Amino acid sequence: MHRSWPISRPTRPQRLIHEVTELPPFQTLIDEHAGDVMAVCRGAVGRTDADDCFQETFISALRAYPKLTDGGNLRGWLITIAHRKAIDHHRARGRRAVPVAEVREIAAEDPPPEDGIWELVGALPPKQRAAVTLRYASDLPHAEIAAALGCSPEAARRSLHEGLKRLRKELA
Amino acid sequence: MKASLNRLTERASAEGLLDVAYTTADSPFGTLLLATTPKGLVRVGLPNQDADELLVDLATRVSPRVLEAPAPLDEARRELDLYFDGKLTEFELPLDWQLSRDFRRRVLRAIARIPYGQTRSYTQMATSAGNERAVRAAGTACGANPLPLVVPCHRVLRSGGALGGYGGGLPMKEGLLRLEGVLHD
Repeated sequence: MHRSWPISRPTRPQRLIHEVTELPPFQTLIDEHAGDVMAVCRGAVGRTDADDCFQETFISALRAYPKLTDGGNLRGWLITIAHRKAIDHHRARGRRAVPVAEVREIAAEDPPPEDGIWELVGALPPKQRAAVTLRYASDLPHAEIAAALGCSPEAARRSLHEGLKRLRKELA
Repeated sequence: MKASLNRLTERASAEGLLDVAYTTADSPFGTLLLATTPKGLVRVGLPNQDADELLVDLATRVSPRVLEAPAPLDEARRELDLYFDGKLTEFELPLDWQLSRDFRRRVLRAIARIPYGQTRSYTQMATSAGNERAVRAAGTACGANPLPLVVPCHRVLRSGGALGGYGGGLPMKEGLLRLEGVLHD
């Protein structure tokens, strides 16, 4: 006859305290990552609109911050938001029918020479553009690019490769 | 970049996303850290206190939306400057008491009523807060005062007249009592 055992408690270790993720003061994020976010914005939308992208990024981040559950990779989180904002920007721009006569208004002053390459980057298809910007403006490793784009590292590497191939062709 | 950051703090403030604004202020005793919520001044950090630690504490206990923004603290800075010049005897700033609770808050509110240039004992503060036997707890409340200077815990002394302690160090307590004419050289 089987002996009946008392109902055992689950053997999983009990969580004694709620896992509290303590978020650092938001100013720390600005101090440490504002430069990177600005570089991503410049790369993705160009110098003229970079500040708008930068503002939108940090305002969105600030709005969401208190409810953020994982404070592990704050830089990656900010860069991802910057990318979404850049994509929003391009979409909004795509919808706007800009009359040719008004094109002149876009840039009042001559952009510095290094902007030339970023203009070409800005003309890439979205995934390639994002991959190139994240790699070279933000110096992110492939795994983080993949995380930021929500795709596999292979797909990120492919986008980067395609983007670079296209840039080389344009520059040649 | 500086213009972008200024724009950001202005917008954050306008959109109600600036839960804690902070800045630093000069004083004769060293650099102070001042922090405010939309309700009022919430924290004063004395020169010997670690500013980074205070900011982390604010992020944990008030809100992680902590940004460096001097404008919301202009009035606090102005009143403190006047105080250090001996030209202001009563602070009129709105205060946010959320960092102290219950008995401690009652002690601090009692301290806030001690007039300029006068002193009280820890025992008197315990009594004012409703528990005359909690002298030690009253001392702890003084030590944990989140709003030193503005809530003048430097005006609380031991019953015999000995100085007792001070979060900013005893030389600062002496300096403040000298400024207010309680102590003389």
